[in-house]
Amino acid sequence: MRRLLPLLLAALASDAAITSKLPPAARSLVDFERDVEPLFRSRCHGCHGAKTQMSGLRLDDAAAALRGGNSGAVIKPGNSAASRLIHLVAGLEEKVVMPPAGTRLSPLEIGLLRAWIDQGAKWLARKAETADPQRPAHWAFRPIGRPGPPRTRNEAWPRNPIDRFVLARLELEGIDPSPEADKRALIRRVYFDLIGLPPPPHEVDRFLADNRPDAYERVVDGLLASSHYGERWARFWLDLARYADSDGYEKDYVRPHAWRWRHWVIDSFNADKPFDQFTIEQIAGDLLPGATIEQIIGTGFHRNTLTNREGGIDIEQFRNEQVVDRAATVGTVWLGITAGCAQCHDHKYDPLTQKEFYQLFAFFNNADEYNIDAPLAGEMGPYLQNLPEYRRNRDELLKQYKVPDLQPNWELRMKEARANPGKWTDWDHAYDALQKYLDHADRILDTPPEKRSRKWADAMTDHFVINYHRVIGKELWKELKFVELRAKLNELRERYPALSEAPIIVEDPAVRRSTHVHIRGDWRRKGIAVHPGVPAFLHPMMAAGAEPTRLDLARWLVSSGNPLTARVTVNRFWQEFFGRGIVRTSEDFGAQGEKPSHPELLDWLAGQFIDSGSRIKPMHRLMVTSATYRQSSLARPEIDGRDPNNTLLARQARLRLPAELVRDAALQVSELLAPDVGGRSIRPPIPNGVVELSYGGSVKWPVSNGRDRYRRGIYILFQRTVPYPMLMNFDAPDANLPACRRERSNTPLQALNLLNDSVYVEAAQALASRILRDKPGADFGKRAAYLFEVCLSRRPSPREREWVQEYFESRLKAFERNPEQASQLFPVTLEGASNVEAAAWTALSSSILNLDEFITRE
Amino acid sequence: MNCIDYIRTETRRDFFRTSLGGVGMMALAHVMAQEGRTADVAAADPLAPREPHFAAKAKSVIFLFQEGGPSQVDLYDPKPALQKWHGKPLPASMTKDLNFVFIKPDAKVLGSERKFVRYGAAGIEFSDYVPHMGSCADDICLVRSMYTEAFNHHPGQALLFSGTTQFGRPTVGAWVTYGLGSESRELPGFVVLSSGRGTSGGSMNWASGFLPSTHQGVVFRSGGEPILYLPDPPGITRESQRARIDLIRKLNSERLQETGDPAIAARMHSYELAFRMQMAAPGLLDFSKETAATLELYGVNKEQTHPYAVNCLLARRMVEAGVRFVMLAHASWDDHQELNKKLKKNCDATDQPAAALIKDLKQRGLLDSTLVIWAGEFGRTPMGQLERVDEDPGRDHHPNCFSVWLAGGGVKGGQVIGKTDELGINVLEDKVHIHDLQATLLHSLGIDHTRLTYRHMGRDFRLTDVGGQIVRKMLA
Repeated sequence: MRRLLPLLLAALASDAAITSKLPPAARSLVDFERDVEPLFRSRCHGCHGAKTQMSGLRLDDAAAALRGGNSGAVIKPGNSAASRLIHLVAGLEEKVVMPPAGTRLSPLEIGLLRAWIDQGAKWLARKAETADPQRPAHWAFRPIGRPGPPRTRNEAWPRNPIDRFVLARLELEGIDPSPEADKRALIRRVYFDLIGLPPPPHEVDRFLADNRPDAYERVVDGLLASSHYGERWARFWLDLARYADSDGYEKDYVRPHAWRWRHWVIDSFNADKPFDQFTIEQIAGDLLPGATIEQIIGTGFHRNTLTNREGGIDIEQFRNEQVVDRAATVGTVWLGITAGCAQCHDHKYDPLTQKEFYQLFAFFNNADEYNIDAPLAGEMGPYLQNLPEYRRNRDELLKQYKVPDLQPNWELRMKEARANPGKWTDWDHAYDALQKYLDHADRILDTPPEKRSRKWADAMTDHFVINYHRVIGKELWKELKFVELRAKLNELRERYPALSEAPIIVEDPAVRRSTHVHIRGDWRRKGIAVHPGVPAFLHPMMAAGAEPTRLDLARWLVSSGNPLTARVTVNRFWQEFFGRGIVRTSEDFGAQGEKPSHPELLDWLAGQFIDSGSRIKPMHRLMVTSATYRQSSLARPEIDGRDPNNTLLARQARLRLPAELVRDAALQVSELLAPDVGGRSIRPPIPNGVVELSYGGSVKWPVSNGRDRYRRGIYILFQRTVPYPMLMNFDAPDANLPACRRERSNTPLQALNLLNDSVYVEAAQALASRILRDKPGADFGKRAAYLFEVCLSRRPSPREREWVQEYFESRLKAFERNPEQASQLFPVTLEGASNVEAAAWTALSSSILNLDEFITRE
Repeated sequence: MNCIDYIRTETRRDFFRTSLGGVGMMALAHVMAQEGRTADVAAADPLAPREPHFAAKAKSVIFLFQEGGPSQVDLYDPKPALQKWHGKPLPASMTKDLNFVFIKPDAKVLGSERKFVRYGAAGIEFSDYVPHMGSCADDICLVRSMYTEAFNHHPGQALLFSGTTQFGRPTVGAWVTYGLGSESRELPGFVVLSSGRGTSGGSMNWASGFLPSTHQGVVFRSGGEPILYLPDPPGITRESQRARIDLIRKLNSERLQETGDPAIAARMHSYELAFRMQMAAPGLLDFSKETAATLELYGVNKEQTHPYAVNCLLARRMVEAGVRFVMLAHASWDDHQELNKKLKKNCDATDQPAAALIKDLKQRGLLDSTLVIWAGEFGRTPMGQLERVDEDPGRDHHPNCFSVWLAGGGVKGGQVIGKTDELGINVLEDKVHIHDLQATLLHSLGIDHTRLTYRHMGRDFRLTDVGGQIVRKMLA
C-alpha cells in the first residue's frame, strides 16, 4: 500500500492529464432515467445488480452505488474526471476495462455518464429491487432434509436404515447387492478401517469360531474402544489440517511442539469427543469461558499454516498469507467450499463474495501465535522439583561466558538498528535475523528484561548466543567460545525434565488490526473495511457481543441450521469406509462439485449425526455395521458396464492402504511395531542422499533409536521440504493445503520401495524369525500357512502353496550354494534354524509383504 | 476422444473399468505378453506416450535450473553505464517502484568488473566468465527481458516451476509427463539431477501437486544409489530379485483372477517397470562407452567441472533413453556477498558442461528434438549489497529483469530477445513473464498451455494459471 498509494494519488492529482484522455462530457442536461439507467441496466447490472455484486459494487441502487465497491467509491458527484467508474469504462486503468466483455462504451455514452456525474449524479428516488428471496438454488446450501428410509422390496437384506437407501436405488436399477464378504475379508477390512492395522491371526480365529449373531458387532465395538482407533482417525484429520512438523518454505525449521496438537487429536478421537466440541475447541478453544489447557490446545489446528523465515521477507506479507490460509482452510474443512477462490475476486461459481471472504479472514486477523506449557500427565512433578537447580546451572553458565555483560548492549544496538534502518548494514542484517528466527522478537525487545516471562527471556538469550557473530564477526565469536556455550546450554536443557509445550493461537489484546478487502488479493492494496461476518447465502450467525468473535464463528459452524458442516463431515467418513464419498468431490460441495449419488442418504446421515449430538464413534459404528459396508468387494463384470465406478454401491471397494498404513502393516505382522499411542515425532531410517537435498543441506535427520524407530507412520516427523520418501511414494499429502482425499497411485517407485528399502528388509527378517519361532520344527506347509495367516488373514490356495514352495526351495538351494549371501540377507543367528533357512524365509516373507493383497484393504 | 479427454480419463483409476469393460483378465494377458500392445500398455501404464495437441519439434526438455538468481548484469546483459554510477546511489525516482530484500533504495550502484565479448554471427555479447556459452551463440536464444513477481527464493521458485506462488500445484515436469507420457520403458518420465547444495524450494520444485504421484520428479543421484531404493538388498542377487518378482507376479495374478480388480494388473506392471529400472538405471552412470573426446568436451574428469559435467552428460543419455523431462538443479547463485569470487566459482563449474551439452546434442542430431533451458528464479540488482565492511559486495534479488537462454527444440538460435534499460532496472522491450516462458515451453512440445488442464477443487487448473502468451520470436 505504501508504495502504491503515492502513485495512485499522483495519478488522481493530475486531473488535467486525465481529462485529456477522456471523451468530453456531454453538454446537455442529463436525465437519469432516460440517459443513464438504461445504460447501467444493459451493461452493468449483470455483474453489479440485485443478484450479484462483483467486487462489492452495486449499480441498481443509489445509496449502494454511491458507497462504491470493495476498493472504495467509484462515483464522485461533481467530478467525473476523478470518478473511477469513468476511468474504468474509458479504459484508463491498466489491465481492467468495464464492461469486461462485449463492446466497449462509446465516447458518446461515456460523455453522458460524465455529464451525469458532473451534474451531481442525481438518482431517481426508487427502491432498489430486492435480491431474489427464493431458497438457494444449489442443493448443498439448502437446509438438510429429514427423509425417512425408503421401503425396499427385499426386506431381509437391510441391517440398518443406510441399507434401505442403498437398496432402494439398486432395486430401481434391478441390481442385487453383493453377498456379504467372507468373515476373513470382513474382519481384515474393519480392522484397517477402524484402527489401521491388520488383525492378528488369533483374533481372526476367534471371530471365525464365534457363531453368535452379533459376533461382528462385538469385533467392531472392540475396535472402537481400542486406542489405535484414535491414531487411525487422527491421520484422517491431520490430512485436512495440513499437519506437519516443520515450517515449510526455504528455512523449513522443525516445529518441536507440533506433535502436542496431534496428540490432542488422537485423544479427542479416542474419547469420542463430539464433533461440535472438537470443532469449537479448534476454532476458538482459547475463547471458551474458563478454557482449560486441553481446550486451548485445540487451536493448534491453525498453527499448521506455513511460516516463512527466509531472510529479507516482509513479515506482514506472510502473516497475511497465514490468515488467508486459515480462512480458506475453514471454508474447505468445515463448509466444503472453495473459499480460497474468493481471495482475489468474487467466487466465480458459488455465491461467496470477495468481501465475505475477508469477513471470514477478519475472524482470524487478530489472533496471535504462542506456545504454552501443556504438560502431559506425570511431567509437572519432576519438572518443578528440578527447576531451581536447572535455573541455577543455566545462570551460572551464562555468567561464566559473560552473557549478562554483553547481551544488554547488543539489545540496545538492535533497537537502534530498528529505529535507523539502512544506517548500519551489519546490524540491519542481524535485526532481520532476530525478527525471522525469534517469534515476537519486537515485543520481547520492548519488554524490560526483568519483566519478561522466563520463556521469552530464555528465547532472547538463546538467540543472542547463537547469532552474536552476525555483528561481531566469527573470529571474535569464536574467542568468546559461544559455540561451546551453545552446546553446554543444550546439554543442560536435555539433562533436566521439561514440560511439553503446545502451539496455539489466542486473541491478542495488544494489537487490534482492522481488516480490509485486499484488492485482487494483494495485501498491500487495501479496499473497504470489513468486520467479522459469515457468508450471506448461509444461515445467519448469532453473536453474543457487538462484534462477532471466533467463538461465534465456531458455534455458527456447528449450529444445527448449518446445511454444510454435517453433510461435509459425514460424507468424509463415508469416503473413508467406501473409497469415495456420496459426494465424490469431498473437497467441494459448491456448484462445481459433483452432485451426491444418494442425496437422501446423505441428508439422513447428516440429520442422524446432528441428532446424536455429533458423536463420531456411533456414526462410524452405524456405517461399518451396515449390510452395504459388509458386502464383498469382488468385481461384478455383469454390472461393470452399467455402473463402472460403483456409484450405486452394489459391492464394496478394494482400496490400497494409505501410505502410513502400508508401513504399519509390515511392522505389525513382523512384530516390530512399537504400539505406544501419542507422543513426539520420530525419524525412521531414511536412505542416503535425501536430506542432503534440503536447502543448503540444513535439514538434519538423526535416526530414532530403540522403540521409536518402530512407531506407527502417523508419528513420522513430517519435514515439509524433505518429506519422508516412503510416505510420498504412497501418496501422502504434502501438508501445504488441506487434503480432502488421497490419490491411490501405482508406481514403480512403490515397488522398489517395498522390495529394497532397508525398513522392509528388516521387517522381512523379523517376519521370518517370527514364523520360525512360532512354528518350531513345523514342516514347510504349516509354516507357509502361518505366514499367509499372519500377513493376509487367510490360508494359501493349493496353487499358491505350490508356487510358494517352489520358490522357497529354489531359494534354499541358491543360499546353500552361496551361504555368504544367506548371511547377508539374514545376518543374525537364530536358534533352531540355519542362516540359509532363515534367509530363504526372509526372501519369502519379503515377497508376501510386496503383494498387492498385503497393502490393500479388500 | 481427443488427447486431453483421453488424458483426463486416463489418470483416473476408474479408467481401467471404463476402457476395459471389466475384463481384468485381458489386462493380465497383456502384462504376461509384455511389449507391443499399445492400447493395453496405456491401460496399465499412466506414463505411456501420448500424442501432443499438434505436431512439434521438441520431444524432451532439459531444464538447467540455476538456483538463487544468477547476476544477469555480470553474465548475459552488459551494462557499461553501471561503471559511471559505481559507488553512487540512484535517484529516488528510479528506485521508487522496486522491491528489495536486503538492501535499501539508496544502496550504491555496483559496476560490473566483467568484460563482455561478442560471439557468433549476430555478435551477441557474453561475459568473460561464460566463454563456452559464447561459443554456442549461434544456437542459443538469449532472453534479456524476463521478469517475475516474486522476489524471495521459495515463492520465486514456486512461480517458475508451478506457475504460482501458491502451494500444492504440479510443477512443469509433472505437467509435461501428464500431457505427453514418457518414451522410456525403463526410466521415469521426469528425472531430477542436482549439484552444489540443496535448493530453497527443495522437493517442491519437482512435485506433482494434485496430479497423480506418478508424475512426480524422480531424483537421480550421480553417486551412490542413483534412484531411491534401486539397489537390491544385501544378499539378494539380480537372479534372486527376478525370482522374487516372478513369485509376486504369480501370486498377484491369482488375486487378480479372484477379485477382478484391474488395479492389480497395474501393480504387476509397476513391478516389471521397477525391475527394468533396476537393470537400466545403473547403466546410465557407466560412461565407459563414451569417447575420451566426449568426456573431455563436458569436463567430466576435471575437478572443477566434474559434478555438473556428469549431470549434463547424464541428461543427454537420459534424453537418448526417452526420458521426457530432465531437471538439472545447480545451487546456489544467491550472491549477496563476494559476487565476483562466487560467480567465478559457479561459472567455472557450469559453463563448459552446459556448452558441451548443446554441442553434443547437436552433433548427435538431438538438439532439434530437445529443448534446453537455462534459468534462475530471478535476477540481481544493479546496486551492490554490502553487509560487512571487510567483505566484497554482492547483489540483492531483482525480479524486474533477468536473463535466461534457450536452445534447440524448435527455438531460433543466434538471437537476443528483449532490451533492458541502461542500468538493468527494468525491461524496455519485449517483456517476457514466467508464464510466457512456460507457455512457450509447452508450445515447443506441441502442447497448448490453455488446454492442458486438470480438474481439482472445482476448477480446471493449468501451469500458466490465467496468463501466458507464446513468445513467437523465440521460435524458428
